[in-house]
Amino acid sequence: MAITVRIPTPLQRLTNGQGEVACEGKNVSDLLGDLDRRYPGVKERICDETGKLRRFVNVFVNEEDIRFLQGDQTAVKDGDEVSIIPAIAGG
Amino acid sequence: MALSKAQVARYSRQLILPEVGVSGQNRLSEASVLVIGAGGLGSPVLFYLSAAGVGRIGVIDADAVAWSNLHRQTLYETPDVGRPKAVVAAERIRRLNPEISVEAIEGRFDAANAKDLVSRWHMVIDGSDNFATRYLANDACVLANRFLVHGGVVNFQGQVMSVRPRQSACYRCVFPEPPAVGSVPSCQEAGVLGAEAGLIGSLMAHEALKAILGVGEPLLNRLVVFDGRLSRFREVPVRRNPDCAVCGEHPTINAIQSIESAPTCAG
Ligand SMILES: [Zn+2]
Repeated sequence: MAITVRIPTPLQRLTNGQGEVACEGKNVSDLLGDLDRRYPGVKERICDETGKLRRFVNVFVNEEDIRFLQGDQTAVKDGDEVSIIPAIAGG
Repeated sequence: MALSKAQVARYSRQLILPEVGVSGQNRLSEASVLVIGAGGLGSPVLFYLSAAGVGRIGVIDADAVAWSNLHRQTLYETPDVGRPKAVVAAERIRRLNPEISVEAIEGRFDAANAKDLVSRWHMVIDGSDNFATRYLANDACVLANRFLVHGGVVNFQGQVMSVRPRQSACYRCVFPEPPAVGSVPSCQEAGVLGAEAGLIGSLMAHEALKAILGVGEPLLNRLVVFDGRLSRFREVPVRRNPDCAVCGEHPTINAIQSIESAPTCAG
C-alpha cells in the first residue's frame, strides 16, 4: 500500500500521463519530495524555491485542505488520497 | 405575469418541468446577470442564459474575435473575426432571444468599473481568462454581496464553484492569492479542447439557472474539478477561511483594489 497522489492535468506530462501516482512519506512535505524523486520537475511546479507550497496551489489530504490541518507537516499514511489542485484562470 | 403564446412555445420544454413552470419563467425574466468574458466559457453561458429567458444580461469583454477563438467560442463565426466580442455576442443572443434585454460593454472589467458594474446586476458569472480579473470579480461580488459563479478551464482541467458572499467560501478562501507576476509557467500548457470549455461553461450556465430558479443545491463550499484526460469529475469540499482577505474575520480588502498577477495566455 502507498499513498495515492492525484496530479493536475498540466503536470501529467511529467508523470507519464498518469492522473494518479503512488508515493510514500510521513507527511505532505515528505510526500512531495518522494513525488519529485519519482517524477522529476513536479515539485518546482507546486512549491516555490524555498520549498513552500505556491500560493495558488492547494493540497487536499482525504478531501481536507492542508491549510486547515498542519500545512505541509500534515501527517499522511498508507491508503490516504492526496489531491493537488491549482487555481486555473483560462476561459 | 401570464406568458404570451410565443413565450409558451419558446420555453415549453423548460416550462413543463415542475421546477420551472410559469413562476420559474417569471423568475428568469426578472433576473439580471453580468457575464465577465465572452470567450470559451462565456459563449455557452450567454447562449443558455439568453435562450432560457434571463431577462437582463450584461456582457463585458475588451477583445476582438480572433481566429484562435473559433475552435471553442461558439458564439462567433468566421466573418466575425476582428469585430468586438461584446458587440458580436450581444447581437448573437439578441437574435436567439429578442425578448430579453442585452447590454454589451466593450472594455476591461477593472478596478475602476468593477464595483459599479457588479452592483447593477443580481448575479455575476466569471468566465474571464486571467487571474487579475478573477480575483477582482470575486472581491467585487463579496463586497457588493452578489452571487458569483466561478469557472475556469485550461489544459484538460476544469473547475467550477459558486459563491454566496459571507455564507459560503469565496474564491479567495480557496485560493488566497493570485500567482505573482512571473510565477506561472509556460504558455505551452495553455491550450484547451473546445468541447471541454463548452462543458465547463455549460456547467456554469446550469449553476446560474438553478440559482435563479432556486432548484436543488448550488455548488457552495464545493469545488468541482474535472480531469478531461480521464473524463472524471471530482468534488472537493472547501470552506470559508477565517483569514480570508476579503470575507474573513479581519478583512484587509475593504474596497476594490486593482490586482497584479501573472498574465495568462489568452486567445
Ligand atoms: Zn473568502
